[in-house]
Amino acid sequence: MLGKTANGLFWMYRALERAENTARLIETGQRIALTRMGASDEEWRSVLQSAGALDGYTAGHEKVTKDAAIDWLLRSRDNPSSVLSCVEQARLNARMVRTALTGEVWEAMNGTYMRVKEVLSRKVGERDLPQVLGMIRQRTGLVRGATHGTMLRNDIYDFARIGTFLERADNTARIIDVKYYVLLPSVTAVGTSIDNVQWETILRSVSGQGGYRMEYGGSTEPRDIAQFLILNRRMPRSLAFCARKLRDNLGFLGGDYGERAASYAKIDHIDRAYLSFDIDAVFDYGLHEYIQKMLLLLGDLGRQIEVDYRFYE
Amino acid sequence: MNDQVYFDEMLGTEGKVRRPYQPFNTWFEGEDPKHLRAKQREAEDLFRLTGITFNVYGRAEAEERLIPFDIIPRIISGREWQKLSRGIEQRVRAINAFLYDIYHGQEIVKAGRLPEEMISRNDAFLPEMIGMRPPGGVYTHIVGIDLVRTGPDEFYVLEDNARTPSGVSYMLENRETMLQMFPELFSENRVQPVSTYPGDLYNSLAACAPEGLGRKPTVGLLTPGIYNSAYFEHSFLADEMGVELVEGHDLRVEDGRLCMRTTLGYKPIDVLYRRVDDDFLDPLTFNPDSALGVPGIMDVYRAGNLTIANAPGTGIADDKAIYSYMPEIVEFYTGERPLLENVPTWRCSDKESLAYVLDNLKELVVKEVHGSGGYGMLIGPTATKKELAEFRKKLGARPGNYIAQPTLSLSTVPIFTKSGLAPRHVDLRPFVMVSPKGINITPGGLTRVALKKGSLVVNSSQGGGTKDTWVLED
Repeated sequence: MLGKTANGLFWMYRALERAENTARLIETGQRIALTRMGASDEEWRSVLQSAGALDGYTAGHEKVTKDAAIDWLLRSRDNPSSVLSCVEQARLNARMVRTALTGEVWEAMNGTYMRVKEVLSRKVGERDLPQVLGMIRQRTGLVRGATHGTMLRNDIYDFARIGTFLERADNTARIIDVKYYVLLPSVTAVGTSIDNVQWETILRSVSGQGGYRMEYGGSTEPRDIAQFLILNRRMPRSLAFCARKLRDNLGFLGGDYGERAASYAKIDHIDRAYLSFDIDAVFDYGLHEYIQKMLLLLGDLGRQIEVDYRFYE
Repeated sequence: MNDQVYFDEMLGTEGKVRRPYQPFNTWFEGEDPKHLRAKQREAEDLFRLTGITFNVYGRAEAEERLIPFDIIPRIISGREWQKLSRGIEQRVRAINAFLYDIYHGQEIVKAGRLPEEMISRNDAFLPEMIGMRPPGGVYTHIVGIDLVRTGPDEFYVLEDNARTPSGVSYMLENRETMLQMFPELFSENRVQPVSTYPGDLYNSLAACAPEGLGRKPTVGLLTPGIYNSAYFEHSFLADEMGVELVEGHDLRVEDGRLCMRTTLGYKPIDVLYRRVDDDFLDPLTFNPDSALGVPGIMDVYRAGNLTIANAPGTGIADDKAIYSYMPEIVEFYTGERPLLENVPTWRCSDKESLAYVLDNLKELVVKEVHGSGGYGMLIGPTATKKELAEFRKKLGARPGNYIAQPTLSLSTVPIFTKSGLAPRHVDLRPFVMVSPKGINITPGGLTRVALKKGSLVVNSSQGGGTKDTWVLED
């Protein structure tokens, strides 16, 4: 496979995953704003921050308002992480690597692009927002489903998965990074109502409310949430889950190509040194420091993959 | 010109349905036009979803556009096709012999059948190719011959596309679309398949690999990139052939071979099907500013370690000035009379011809010698006074840059409109593959149709559309 193709696949699926995550963050922000009296425009600031879009936003806006934040996240072409930008980028990459995709994946991707472009060509009003966000989630799910159901399990698939899980891990880490302080063990046994809002926000941001209840029951504990998002191996958006997938797919590549690359050693190290302990070890390390470290390691891993598989000259 | 009677391929000149169209006509008359209109829209949705689009140069808006597709097939009988394909084969054989000759002994010039300056003063002639024999002796691996029809048995060659002919993906996708929308038509008509093309092309290219490789050759398709107007076709063909789609920055020369950057390091390519022009192939040899090509690729080529398809320098064979000599060229190299007619052509470099052209401008079509895509062209009978005056000026200033031809009474084929069937002018581009194993012509081709009533310009860049082209088994 061409290095360029591996690069295109990696970024196509990263962009797709990011579009979905951004949509989910907007959905969460909106939900919290509607159901919790205490929520304010400050909440949208942290949504922007979780989406990695705050700096770009503040460069062009004086203050954070709900409408402007939603528009920036959904359809601004100046924001490279907006849903529209991501879907366009995913589709551009898909066009570049079209020979590596099945017809069904390409059509799902192209159909997603056409639909999203059409719907986001105008400002989305509050009334239409739930429908539009639902459509985005469904459409990106369609591409993933076509990928899962029709693509050969070879190196093409591996690069698609690596892009997906690296982006997802990064996204989950950023969500924790923004709100880490509400997950710290506190002296009071029961969270305040503000804490409850924050915890719900975090779980919704990773579509994890249902899963959390199944794993930990009805009462919400910050320690359990941290455990769930970082170390739970059944939770498909947890850092440990994503890392395991990354290790699997980098391992398959090593098997196919006859040698394990430096990136495999890196993900193996991440998994062993940071994701194989109890959550108490994470708190001992310092939750904030730990997440910062994870973000660094994931960025470094991405760069190593680029080098190992000759994405660029 | 409005009273002129054109030959219609479905209805002839007297309105009687011709034989190849009879089963189709029966089917068509039994269909509800409303249903067909829905199908026409369905076809467009299919094309858009599949991404069968082209990019129009110089238009930032509407970056990707669809070429309109018309659902009425163009139908050619097996007998008609046999005759055509014999003529095409003869022409393509002659073109390859001609290219070998002008880059070697130039016997045709010595024999006095072609003026020397037609070669030496032609931009498409590449001195770098002198004395060089391309692997397998093949120059034009892929040719698209543009044909027009003026009567039941009258076909003319309008142009020989011997550089990098495009449009074959439309031949294939148009058929796929028709199969999907009207499967019943294909049970009632015995239509020869075109889906063999990508496999045949792969085999044909592989058969032209440098000799003595001792392994299965690696084929790559070189595209200028995602913003090229024909990018869809490039990726489509690479996909269908199962070969890598490469760009200049994926390639480099290593150890005397052309190599592509894979996830496992640099791997050699043996056959490069390039869809970039000669000028951009090698910045060391040709255009130094080119970022589309590969520095040093011509050295690999000259050392015999690479097949470039089509060979550099083939453009001289489809030059419009050379075109006028094609009857001589066919006769000189095959010893036979040409089976396909050439359109009579006035070379404006010639004083007497120029005088004739200027006197009869209103009846003629004037083309730029190196132009393509229907740009820079004058169609006398439909031109405005201003356009005529402009061309008069251009002809006076640079006569050598132009040729002129009579306006042909191009045949029509019906298209499906809101008010039913309506005749529109068409041309036909069959696709030809050449290898040491022989010449292979896919039964069918690209039918381009001028969608505007009365228009003779079929180019997609100027509002033309396409049709599925059927060659029947008689």
